[in-house]
Amino acid sequence: MSRIGILKTYKIYIGGQFPRTESGRYYPLENKQGEVIANICLSSRKDFRNAVVAARGAFAGWSGRSAYNRSQILYRIAEMLEGRSAQFIEELILTGSTRAAAEKELHQAIDRLVYYAGWCDKYTQIFSSVNPVQSSHFNFSVPEPTGVVAVSAPQDSSLLGLVSVIAPILAGGNVCIVLAAEKKPLAAITFAEVLATSDLPGGVINILTGKTKEILPQMASHMDVNAVVWAGNSAEEIKQTQETGAVNVKRIFNWTKNDWTSAQAQNPYLIFDLQEIKTTWHPIENIGTSGAKY
Amino acid sequence: MPIKPKATKSVAKQTAKKTITKKATLDFVGGWSYAPSPESKDHIRLEKKYGHFINGEFVKPSAGKYMATHSPSTEEHLADVALGDAADVDKAVKAARKAYDTVWSKMPASERGKYLYRIARMIQERARELSVIESMDGGKSIRESRDIDIPIAAAHFFYYAGWADKLEYAFPNRTVTSVGVAGQIIPWNFPLLMAAWKIAPALACGNTVVLKPAETTPLTALKLAEIIRDCGLPPGVVNIVTGDGRAGAALVSHPDIDKIAFTGSTDVGKIIQKAIAGTNKKITLELGGKAANIIFEDAPIDQAVEGIINGIFFNQGHVCCAGSRLFVQEGIADKVIRKLKDRMETLVVGDPLDKNTDIGAINSREQLDKINHYLKLGVKEGAEMWQSSCAVPRKGNFCRPTIFLHASQSHRIVQEEIFGPVLAIQTFRTVEEVLEKANNTPYGLSAGVWTDKGSKIFNMTSRLRAGVVWANTYNKFDPTSPFGGYKESGFGREGGLHGLLPYVNLK
Repeated sequence: MSRIGILKTYKIYIGGQFPRTESGRYYPLENKQGEVIANICLSSRKDFRNAVVAARGAFAGWSGRSAYNRSQILYRIAEMLEGRSAQFIEELILTGSTRAAAEKELHQAIDRLVYYAGWCDKYTQIFSSVNPVQSSHFNFSVPEPTGVVAVSAPQDSSLLGLVSVIAPILAGGNVCIVLAAEKKPLAAITFAEVLATSDLPGGVINILTGKTKEILPQMASHMDVNAVVWAGNSAEEIKQTQETGAVNVKRIFNWTKNDWTSAQAQNPYLIFDLQEIKTTWHPIENIGTSGAKY
Repeated sequence: MPIKPKATKSVAKQTAKKTITKKATLDFVGGWSYAPSPESKDHIRLEKKYGHFINGEFVKPSAGKYMATHSPSTEEHLADVALGDAADVDKAVKAARKAYDTVWSKMPASERGKYLYRIARMIQERARELSVIESMDGGKSIRESRDIDIPIAAAHFFYYAGWADKLEYAFPNRTVTSVGVAGQIIPWNFPLLMAAWKIAPALACGNTVVLKPAETTPLTALKLAEIIRDCGLPPGVVNIVTGDGRAGAALVSHPDIDKIAFTGSTDVGKIIQKAIAGTNKKITLELGGKAANIIFEDAPIDQAVEGIINGIFFNQGHVCCAGSRLFVQEGIADKVIRKLKDRMETLVVGDPLDKNTDIGAINSREQLDKINHYLKLGVKEGAEMWQSSCAVPRKGNFCRPTIFLHASQSHRIVQEEIFGPVLAIQTFRTVEEVLEKANNTPYGLSAGVWTDKGSKIFNMTSRLRAGVVWANTYNKFDPTSPFGGYKESGFGREGGLHGLLPYVNLK
């Protein structure tokens, strides 16, 4: 008798752990042939709130890491992704890709992580300034991470799209809660397993599966979410998110126009979107007419 | 004019009386009083009635309605200005669109810049007139309008003028294009300066604008309109529509506006953000604040006291980045508060046009009522109120500089923006404690830190969640220095290289 295989329970990722949704709900995931291939967690708003708490708790630590360390961790994620290539390709095929397309998507996703790993300790230099004020002060402006970012991931590009939106957020020192593509959640769930083994502190990235219709309004209304990155498909969705998000002056970004397979879809301006500019002033001692300046 | 002496503890009460001493000997201990030194008004030119500035000329409001603007200090009627409505806004937007399409977006960038230089120069030429009108219409002291508002407004135009033909250097690896027609709504606390902050970068980047000045302070914006006209700026590039919130709402919701820039309260900012949901309008918001000003035991105390004064009493406290929450480390709290009270006793409250005046008039009756409401509330909540004993003019809207001792995080005078000369004081022991308290607010516009220890400064400035952090200084502004908030204090920056971003599209 042949061995009975072990079926995988697909779970969500909150605070570095893999719980099931607290709601106990699920939705069946079907393949192209209409066969059920997995029961996916139908995350609730309580799951989302738990994820925000985990993310907020992780923010000081992650944003306080040295840029070099963040860079190495992003690179480590790329390494782990490369090591699990076979699994990702199989799961992308399961959710409708051809093998060739799956391989291409995976390779681009890995390269994208490496691209942003390199930006971690460089974007600050691109976007900072020392400001030549008239008075005798040293004055400089630097980007700082916005904080807790809620992400509605691209629906079509379930791995590359996901990586492309997470990486710039992460590189900039933010923490996030991501809602995976509703109909193609497998890559996101497995990506959580990659994150869990990449020295990324728990809570920095939290991944939920479920329905955009349920979770997106929670993202927009939550008072401890600083920004929403939306890469979905419906104009009504983004409109409502913008409307609701005004409740605490959220920064709301529509990244949906990006073609994630193009080289244009990776750039430091996406990191910059989730940054606040802080300007610091300090007097320069100015005795007589010595007039030191920067 | 005598140099203002530092009051010492023993003379605080005498100072308050402001009586001229009859002693023949020089008195270095007692309080000094000042002979009135009003700035002359005779050289200013004000029309009795102003229309909107649309398409390069002053035009009558379409509904024929006007509103009066008064001096908040003398209550004198200064002029009537047009009360704009949706039809006026529409006319202005059409003029701006036409100017954008036919002239401004096609003009060589270096030529655009030259117009901005002209405006900067003409503001400088007419600085005195503008300062006097600013103080008459808004109530701020002439010392501040003369030394801060007007010069920085001119400097802003001068700074952004130079950017006009250099934009490709600002954003690496991107092509910069203009956005289109910008709708700009500004507050009453820095009327001309805010107009400059809005108009200068917009024009430098190739946009045209429709500006709506605040209801209570339209005059310097209208004087700026004259300057713009006299500079020969092509008609329609800058349009100014005066009025109340209705004109602002019409501007926000106008379908042909590409970008909204708003400075004002967080409540209105949220309404605007909501109103433009689902449109392609770009938006920047510069909203309220409740800044922490933090004094450590190792701070230079006399300088810190000056910083506290400047932080909260600058411009009557009508400053979104005012240091309205003071945190003093426990060991020096008594000393700092004593010195602060002494210094407050020397502040002169009164005629905005008098060069001795430190604190002018509260901008409007409505605002004074709001401040007084908070004063009552603070007492009711259990904080201890202390006010300087200075004389206050009977007529006009005035408020004594006020501090609240024993305030706590849960008090509304600590949580909410008062926008007046009112300081809530708390004490703290550790760095962690004060960071937690300072950051525990929905706002994040600015903060202040006072300590002589360099490493502590950087620890604090990097961990305070605010867009502008002043270390061992406060309330400094410069055209090259980006300004704007975190969290509910808004988004986007004004000033500096970063201030270009709201007015460009990057490809």
